[in-house]
Amino acid sequence: MSYVVEMLNIRKEFPGIVANDNITLTLKKGEIHALLGENGAGKSTLMGVLFGMYQPEKGIIKIREKEVKITNPNVANQLGIGMVHQHFKLVENFTVTENIILGSEPLKGMVLDIDKAAKRIAELSKHYGLNVDPHSKIEDISVGMQQRVEIMKMLYREAEVLIFDEPTAVLTPHEIEELMKIMRNLINEGKSIIIITHKLKEIKAVADRCTVIRRGKGIGTVNVKETSTAQMAEMMVGREVNFKVDKKASTPGEVVLQIDSISVKNNRKVLGLKNFSVEVRRGEIVGIAGVEGNGQSEIVEAITGLRKVESGKILLKGKEITNIPIRQRIESGIGHIPEDRHRRGLVLDYTLENNMVLEVYNKPPFAKAGLLNGAAIRKYAKSILENFDVRSGEGGASIARTLSGGNQQKAIIGREMELDPDLLIAVQPTRGLDVGSIEYIHRRLIEHRDKGKAVLLVSLELDEVLQLSDRIAIVNNGELIGTVNASETNENEVGLMMAGVSKEGTV
Amino acid sequence: MRNTIVSLISIILGLIAGGLLMLFIGASPIEGYTYLFQGALKNISRIGDTLATATPLVFTGLAVAFAFRTGLFNIGAAGQMLIGGLCATAVALTFDLSRPILILVMILAGIVGGGLWAFIPGYFKARFNVHEVVSTIMMNWIAYWTVYYVVPGYFKGEFLETESRKLAEESTLRTPWLTEMFQGSYINLGLFFAVIAVIIIAFIINKTTLGFELKAVGFNRHAAEYAGMKVNRNIILSMLISGALAGLGGVALYTGNASSMQIGILPSQGYDGIAVALLGANSPIGVFFAALLFGILYSGTGFMNAMIEIPPELANTIIAIIIYFAATSVMIHRLLNKFRKTRSNANDVNGPVGKKGEA
Repeated sequence: MSYVVEMLNIRKEFPGIVANDNITLTLKKGEIHALLGENGAGKSTLMGVLFGMYQPEKGIIKIREKEVKITNPNVANQLGIGMVHQHFKLVENFTVTENIILGSEPLKGMVLDIDKAAKRIAELSKHYGLNVDPHSKIEDISVGMQQRVEIMKMLYREAEVLIFDEPTAVLTPHEIEELMKIMRNLINEGKSIIIITHKLKEIKAVADRCTVIRRGKGIGTVNVKETSTAQMAEMMVGREVNFKVDKKASTPGEVVLQIDSISVKNNRKVLGLKNFSVEVRRGEIVGIAGVEGNGQSEIVEAITGLRKVESGKILLKGKEITNIPIRQRIESGIGHIPEDRHRRGLVLDYTLENNMVLEVYNKPPFAKAGLLNGAAIRKYAKSILENFDVRSGEGGASIARTLSGGNQQKAIIGREMELDPDLLIAVQPTRGLDVGSIEYIHRRLIEHRDKGKAVLLVSLELDEVLQLSDRIAIVNNGELIGTVNASETNENEVGLMMAGVSKEGTV
Repeated sequence: MRNTIVSLISIILGLIAGGLLMLFIGASPIEGYTYLFQGALKNISRIGDTLATATPLVFTGLAVAFAFRTGLFNIGAAGQMLIGGLCATAVALTFDLSRPILILVMILAGIVGGGLWAFIPGYFKARFNVHEVVSTIMMNWIAYWTVYYVVPGYFKGEFLETESRKLAEESTLRTPWLTEMFQGSYINLGLFFAVIAVIIIAFIINKTTLGFELKAVGFNRHAAEYAGMKVNRNIILSMLISGALAGLGGVALYTGNASSMQIGILPSQGYDGIAVALLGANSPIGVFFAALLFGILYSGTGFMNAMIEIPPELANTIIAIIIYFAATSVMIHRLLNKFRKTRSNANDVNGPVGKKGEA
């Protein structure tokens, strides 16, 4: 068996830290190889070395059994290495074809030969079963389709080795399946794939071998078929991981949140949510399941007051809050872990301390007669940061921007939990976090429920919704498809409902 | 600390570039700069003039910096100065009040006039999302023509159509004891008001809940909205305060440094305020010192081109170069960053990793 890529004993140091320590990764021709590790384990650095973004201090890289020095990404491209980044690099108002040829435009004399390129793209699309329309605009196609455009870019440039950086993070369950099909097609055509991920289920489903790294050290490479997910998780985290979320049966109490057939407009000024109703009681977690962009953001923003409600009513603990200001809603007991921690959740240029009092800075003891009390703010922030194990360079005085994503998220969750809200709205609370942090955050959410508070969970991760929720409301195209009890349903049923197929006799 | 370094580097680079320019036309930079600083600081009377020149710049610099902290770009300080100055002049020429009360009313009139002139763009921004850069520039010209109409129409000077009547000595901000102390300089109470304004604004920004909100809105209005702050109200309030500061600058300029208003002139201090704010890194104390530097440059140039063969145009060019470097402080920031990065080759193992999942 010949190797397409061999990275042997790679060591990459940054001042004060060894990012990659003696890591070996070999990629056989025609295999899908998973690179598994926690956030910050050194996966991206390793791939950066392969893609020419960093130069290793030690170690050898061989491509097709020839030793090479990859000094920059262009060299990597010439060697047939292509990368699909997690955040797509596409021009929104260009067509698929225009995006793909960007940087290597085919010419007919002096003018651009779009037709030729489009034809080739159509052929490639058919050949690999990508089903991409060369003439549609990026802004009009789905995220999954955009990812295929990125794949197509590499194929167009005749890449032999394809690196996928967390490709499933932005996809729906259905799109994930499609992607896996595409990956299998690609290897059947002789391509080789490296997939960076921390989702074990996907590795199990698609990868042949898996290399695990932990804190910069290579832990080993295993055959996926012969290894259980629990074993892989243990290799990754370094201890046994509890996948099953332990929780008692819920004991729902009085209704905390009642949404009564609300309609809400989305950003395009059309109804993104139509006559939606749901209720959340004390002591229960209600999950909202749905494919991204089917009305979840509108639900959350309507409850929190960030978006106007066109019709219908929202009641919190029996009092109508449909049109009251955001601050009053917070004061009457709504906590909100927002979907986008950078846009909504944090003032990135503020210190952590200031961010911890973002909603309460004007209340005693943090302020008296309009004057801030720095000491009280510091003390309050310190206790949250310790309590939620937020790690930062200079403690509360660190600028929020300098923290890693996981620590930023823990800080936000800590801030919202500290307010002890009667209704906690958690949107994508574990997005982009590693297994250890996810476990921790899940436990805190359940604790909050067990204290007799209501939790509304919105997540695109179906597993998360199924594990945490007591009841699940499924939305599709802005409408409630149905509500099911988590204990009486399964992934297939919810998946179908997410696709818009409603179920007889919903609860 | 770091901002101070960046500002100092800008100033030094600007001075070096200006020196090169002097060399280029065959003058000695050392001589040139010696005369420049002598012109500004040689004796007590010149120091007084320099401080007086800096006074309106402190106000406009503060105005721009304050708005900028809330994420607003107030480039209408010139118009707000005009209206503030016009209101104060109108009060001084109309009412016959005892001096302390008159001064107080003039200052209030300046605050109201400047504040109103900035409130309008602020309101349009909050209500209709009209960009404040466009609307404040338009307000500048409305102010310009308002003065053009009001001054000859209601406060015409005795000799000139293009000037307002001169204010009586006791209805200006000038006081005998200051004038005497600085040996006949036109320094006036405006300087004290400027110092008070610096302290008040620094206090608001750093110590109050209002400052906390305004900065939060400036850094990230979406997060501020999420946290229940009233973003639109803060935008209007910030513009109002900014305009009031610029209006005070007008009071200091037209009823302190000068004692009449001319028509057909948009005060250059309005735009210079942007450069002052940049050089002062938007901090009130920084603004104060940046304004002093500008005061030195402006009041020293006359002496410089009187003493050596440097044409006045060149003197202004040198000031422009320093302003230019002040304005590109962002560039200097980047260079510093780069310098730091290459020295410690990206301490960021977490860098590429951290970027994931942030969207």
